[in-house]
Amino acid sequence: MDIKAKIIDEQGLVRTITRLAHEIVEKNKGSKNIVLIGMRTRGEFLAERIKAKISEIENFEPSFGILDVTLYRDDFRTRLKQPEISVTNITFDVNEKDIILIDDVLYTGRTVRAALDAVMDLGRPNTIQLCVLVDRGHRELPIKADFVGKNIPTSINEEVRVRLKEIDGEDAVYLVNAPK
Amino acid sequence: MSLSSKHLLGLYGVPKEDIQLILDTATTFREVLERPIKKVPTLQGKTIVNLFYENSTRTRISFELAQKRLSADTINFSTSTSSTKKGETFKDTVRNIEAMKVDMIVVRHQSAGVPQYLTKISKANIINAGDGLHEHPTQGLLDMYSIRERLGKLEGLKVCIVGDVAHSRVALSNIFGLKTMGAQVTVCSPSTMIPIGIEALGVKVIHNINEAIANNDVLNVLRIQLERNAGVRIPSLREYHQYFGVTTERIEKFNRDILILHPGPINRGVELSSEVADGPYQVILDQVTNGVAIRMAVLYLLGTMH
Repeated sequence: MDIKAKIIDEQGLVRTITRLAHEIVEKNKGSKNIVLIGMRTRGEFLAERIKAKISEIENFEPSFGILDVTLYRDDFRTRLKQPEISVTNITFDVNEKDIILIDDVLYTGRTVRAALDAVMDLGRPNTIQLCVLVDRGHRELPIKADFVGKNIPTSINEEVRVRLKEIDGEDAVYLVNAPK
Repeated sequence: MSLSSKHLLGLYGVPKEDIQLILDTATTFREVLERPIKKVPTLQGKTIVNLFYENSTRTRISFELAQKRLSADTINFSTSTSSTKKGETFKDTVRNIEAMKVDMIVVRHQSAGVPQYLTKISKANIINAGDGLHEHPTQGLLDMYSIRERLGKLEGLKVCIVGDVAHSRVALSNIFGLKTMGAQVTVCSPSTMIPIGIEALGVKVIHNINEAIANNDVLNVLRIQLERNAGVRIPSLREYHQYFGVTTERIEKFNRDILILHPGPINRGVELSSEVADGPYQVILDQVTNGVAIRMAVLYLLGTMH
């Protein structure tokens, strides 16, 4: 990993998640009708942390699910490697719910497009809102996040790496040079 | 991860990692089948031909559903309504179908080796849906999936295949797959239904159904195939049931933890008593549901390969 800068450190991440949780609850006027859906892999752990924070603020635990969008991707024919798929785990009814879709980095918007299709196949939610830890720009589709942890202007030759304790052993967000 | 071959012709020689990948991928599709909208857009734009030269309900419907649920375009071909009746050769039929630009061919044929031959005359991915007395790989896979779903593993399990092993492609695919995954395989049936030299495949041969029930974790009970002339190898169906039929009394006496599989269609009162076929020890209908998930997994893994 060719690191250019550390953008968020461990304490920074705690603060960001706290703020995002407050914003989500504020915008939805409470937490009674919201459900959190984390997108594999890192969105899943972010969603879990946001859920814990919301439970703390609201004294109410919102439902939580995990979404795998591999089957809905648009790059099956162009990618060199066959993507690995894993299971979507959403055990509750999404009809009439306010869904908060949570991911680590928002970039081209294609993953979010796939996620929207995937959620629609599960039912007809009241709203779908997007929450991302980092928005790095360079959108290829008309998609915008409702809740953003940090906006980071990047060049196409850079990458944003979100590292979380659950799988990477540390909490941090780095700006790195893309591997050639 | 992707499969090591672009075709699925049989389970013979298929590496453990490939079988593992197919079974794991099927778990994802099992979840899709529980959704209100049981369809994903993954194989949009792919064209699949189902080439069925032999009768089939379960397998054909299962493949067709799997294809539709992956959003592929499908064409069905069966001999009774085709130009084969007018004398067109198999090779010409396939060449013509391929000229219409198809991506995958699912084939069932009464002659062993037809799927293998197809790989030589067509560029499409070939999936064997049963060829003669050779193999029926997706059935083998769905059997293994159903066992793993219930018992949590395959390695170290004792599985006994009961019935007309000599005339069963399901038996061969099960033997190859289960051996690769580290299970111990036994076959149990009258000597007339066991091919000479089957021990060479690493399986044990027994002739006593009570012993089979007592010493195994799983029984995969095959159908007595009257259409394949099984009648000449046993004195009567009634006698077969008496000596080799799986009944509740036998299960309760020898092994209450046994898991019963059957590839269908069942001959009630022959290889299984009606009570067992509907009872708590069997997973026959789960096998059918899992079959769709397994076929989706195979189609997905082959269809999105580069």
